[in-house]
Amino acid sequence: MRRSDPQFNQFHKLHHFLSIDGLDKATLTHILDTAEGFTSVNDKSIKNVPLLRGKTVANLFFENSTRTRTAFELAAKRLSADILNIDLVSSSTKKGESLLDTLRVLESLQSDMFVVRHSDSGAADFIARHVAPTINVVNGGDGQHAHPTQAMLDMFTIRRHKGAFENLTVVIIGDIKHSRVARSGIAALVTLGAKEIRVVGPQTLMPADVESLGVRVYRDIDKALIDADVVMGLRLQNERMTSATIPSTGEFFKTYGLTPERMRLAKPDAIVMHPGPTNRGVEIEASVADGEQSVILQQVTYGIAVRMAVMSIIMGHGEEVREAEMSQA
Amino acid sequence: MTKFSSDEVTGWLNQMQDQLQSLAVADDPFFMIGIRTGGVDVGRHLHTALGLQEPLGELNISFYRDDFSTVGLHPVVGPSQVPVSVEGRHIVLVDDVLSTGRTVRAAMNEIFDFGRPSRITLAVLVQRTGHELPIRADIIGHSVDIPDNEQVSLHAQSMTVSVGHKVK
Repeated sequence: MRRSDPQFNQFHKLHHFLSIDGLDKATLTHILDTAEGFTSVNDKSIKNVPLLRGKTVANLFFENSTRTRTAFELAAKRLSADILNIDLVSSSTKKGESLLDTLRVLESLQSDMFVVRHSDSGAADFIARHVAPTINVVNGGDGQHAHPTQAMLDMFTIRRHKGAFENLTVVIIGDIKHSRVARSGIAALVTLGAKEIRVVGPQTLMPADVESLGVRVYRDIDKALIDADVVMGLRLQNERMTSATIPSTGEFFKTYGLTPERMRLAKPDAIVMHPGPTNRGVEIEASVADGEQSVILQQVTYGIAVRMAVMSIIMGHGEEVREAEMSQA
Repeated sequence: MTKFSSDEVTGWLNQMQDQLQSLAVADDPFFMIGIRTGGVDVGRHLHTALGLQEPLGELNISFYRDDFSTVGLHPVVGPSQVPVSVEGRHIVLVDDVLSTGRTVRAAMNEIFDFGRPSRITLAVLVQRTGHELPIRADIIGHSVDIPDNEQVSLHAQSMTVSVGHKVK
């Protein structure tokens, strides 16, 4: 399994970071432990480490996202890497040919790593299969498929605030069907051994086969929240829905909104998470988003350390691959 | 394989403590920082013996090593903890074994990212042959002259030291 997974190179080291699927518990834990080491970077007067000095990281964002792009940019800079922000949103790329052409041009700019964000599922995987062997690819979110760095920063947040996964009941609320954050998050929670994972949302926004992912589906949010340790909201994504799958945002809030009353059903020390940006009054009430149990802002901070960890782990084996390349040349 | 007993190692620590005591200046106390993990083990003993008021600093140098592109990240040892500002301070940097000098170089690079110390004194439990950089310790518990294929190891639990063949 490990051998054929495109994320691993011929030396069985993690070379790309494309999805949580295919990664075992030890690998995920290693990423979390490494991220711990990076949390103190901010304490220094010089807020970076020289690990990726002289390396170039290119942000290939085919889909808009200031938040994620900035987070990757900051993580790369904290590792002393040079960063190229390449805006491909304006150029309409047909799947396949044009993407490859774009890649060849970018490779000639001598980037060492690509962070890819694309509206097509499978885009990051496609790019990883077509880049030169020494280049590392990080999936910054592809279609409705995966957002692995978000999942890892969510796991880091949970571990930091709530401890061991085996003891935790995690509830994920909202548009599971269209959420790559939910998919990657569920995969990570299952691999890390969370005690119980509950998903709740309108049936129209719930994938038909969701229970096969290792979760329990709830129709009633009040029942789902009983004794929850972690409550994860998801953004109601208007741009993902091609048809009217909910009556109105008001109706959604009434049935599935996270209010202080609903939060009282969860454990008193439960944490509230959200990948952002939050739609106050749609999936979450402002007082909950900004309340004492919310760790939403901390998620953003941890995201820097987690992305630094991912980038350093995958880039740390370049020499082996370069030597192999040269001996074959 | 040579083994040094905890009594012998304690003797070295006492010697280091004496030398550090004579370094201490009332109006310019030094701030001690240990390099994880062996340097922290040694540092804890010295810190207690000297009755230092400020907490012991702990450096994780994993991200400052010079071998990242060949061997990648070394095992993670937790984030650095430097609770006191190093700006203008006399730092006593502690490690268990000084061999090539690369660890100390990494540690100094990291310290300078925290601020600008007025002075750094290097204290090591064991200094061995095999220098690859012009870095020498100021305070040494014990010196050994051993071939390149042997290594010195501190066993923190028992505070004993062994010298034996390098484990690959």
